[in-house]
Amino acid sequence: MNSAGIRAIWAVLTVVGVIVLFWYAASVPMNIKGVLNEFERAGEEVDPPKSVDRRDMSEFELVIDNPYAIDETWEQERPRLPAPHQVAEELWDTTVEKKISSKRSLIYHSWVTLSATMLGFAIGTGLGILLAVGIVHSRVMDLSVMPWAIVSQTIPIIALAPMIIVVLYSVGIQGIIPKAIISAYLSFFPVVVGMVKGLRSPDAMQLDLLRTYNASRSQGFWKLRLPASMPYLFTSLKIGIAASLVGAIVGELPTGAVAGLGARLLAGSYYGQTVQIWSALFAAAILAACLVGLLGLVERTVLKRMGMAQ
Amino acid sequence: MTLVFCAILLWLFGWWLNSRLASGPYADTRIVRFVAPLVFGLTVIGIWELVVRGLEVPLVILPAPSLIAVRFADSLPTLWADFVQTIIKGALSGYIIGCGSAFLMAIAVDRWDFLRLGLLPVGNFVAALPIVGTAPILVMWFGFDWHSKAAVVVVMVFFPMLVNTVAGLREATAMQRDLMETYAATYWQSFLKLRLPAAMPFIFNGLKISTTLALIGAIVAEFFGSPTLGMGFRISTSVGQLSLDMVWAEIVVAALAGTAFYGLVAMIEKAVTFWHPSQRG
Repeated sequence: MNSAGIRAIWAVLTVVGVIVLFWYAASVPMNIKGVLNEFERAGEEVDPPKSVDRRDMSEFELVIDNPYAIDETWEQERPRLPAPHQVAEELWDTTVEKKISSKRSLIYHSWVTLSATMLGFAIGTGLGILLAVGIVHSRVMDLSVMPWAIVSQTIPIIALAPMIIVVLYSVGIQGIIPKAIISAYLSFFPVVVGMVKGLRSPDAMQLDLLRTYNASRSQGFWKLRLPASMPYLFTSLKIGIAASLVGAIVGELPTGAVAGLGARLLAGSYYGQTVQIWSALFAAAILAACLVGLLGLVERTVLKRMGMAQ
Repeated sequence: MTLVFCAILLWLFGWWLNSRLASGPYADTRIVRFVAPLVFGLTVIGIWELVVRGLEVPLVILPAPSLIAVRFADSLPTLWADFVQTIIKGALSGYIIGCGSAFLMAIAVDRWDFLRLGLLPVGNFVAALPIVGTAPILVMWFGFDWHSKAAVVVVMVFFPMLVNTVAGLREATAMQRDLMETYAATYWQSFLKLRLPAAMPFIFNGLKISTTLALIGAIVAEFFGSPTLGMGFRISTSVGQLSLDMVWAEIVVAALAGTAFYGLVAMIEKAVTFWHPSQRG
């Protein structure tokens, strides 16, 4: 590895380190009131001794007056802001230590969300690519559908999610399908827009060249337009899968689903289990990072084999 | 059944009309570019109305567009209150705070190379994460009112905006920077006169992405708790009461607000980056 690469890694590690330090520092004032209340209940000496007096005091003042409580702010059971190691412990406990089939295993919940995401993503991208091909080849569709696809990007269509869940529930469809539908339409539009751009990316010179070869329309599509669209496709796939995951998570909120990362978030927020919320959030983040990273890997391999990598 | 038959006829008519428009002599004029999607949209709404009436689809599955329109007109005060709560108070204030702080951060990141090396990969990583998930935490911290929604929006728009602005500030070429150097321009002169204008297309790209994210953040955050008004609140409670016409009316508001917000930013972009090739055409 060259020195620039090492420097970049150092820079990233420094930034992450600063974030973790800041996080620890922030948990002290965030949790101090709760900790002091616990101490008071346990009969220990607190300054000031009444919780009523503490309520309106600034957190920083309380920290300075009760420095011995700082340790405890990183160990609370239901902190306002759990410390990084608490989240890491919870993640470890609920992934490695629990059996996968257990209802408390995050791997189980992640799988519930992931399966809906993947199903929806497959449907959404499949249909999206088909529509993009249609738009590129048919002037009518280009004129009438494309503006709506673009407008849909500016609308928070995720607001439809609760309705889709409930309507499908009332006609007897539940489980993975409603969530997959939400994931599908969220990934559908980015793929359509990106893919249309990609299929149109060959310039006039290249199209003319094919014309001089007397290539048919379908040859033009398979040998020029489709390969040329690949970089655009992968860019929009990465946007699409992130949107799909958000869709699956939000799809788990309205019916009070019992399984999935969204359900963990919601249950955590009902019962004030902050550590559980944070661990579900990190599980979702890791999942998203893995999915986007995996697509990036596929992208690099495919573009390399096609000779398009820069 | 006749209504369903009418729907099929309407579909064929819409298709015929648009293919005439698309292959006609005026196909590339602005009017056709405006009318064709309109015809498509109206056809879809017409078919929706006819099919829902024809098959007598129950209200709890899909209300007809006419019912939605009636509901929309009847509950304008409610919709307006929800709009103010969610869009103006929640989304807009979060958008301004988030984009503003991301912009200031981007200037710092651009100035110190080490910060750029370290923060940009982290920013790119965070931009792809499902950040709406922070909503339950922020609702717990900032309470049920719009402050927590604004906080969610700040977190959501910050990183896309940061990444775009930093990319934009590096857009001026070495030659242009050298020219400023030969003029003996100070850092801030070169920043204000060269690099900031050159960054504008990127900054506006970030601002445009953020408009949608802001609305998503503000609405989804309300699913985790809100006072008894707001678009997300109305959607989730109306879904619970199976009054889907209200849900659709709220979605119409969200769609109008989303396009208007985006359109506004795009209009400002047009005025600011009139020199850019993509705006000249």
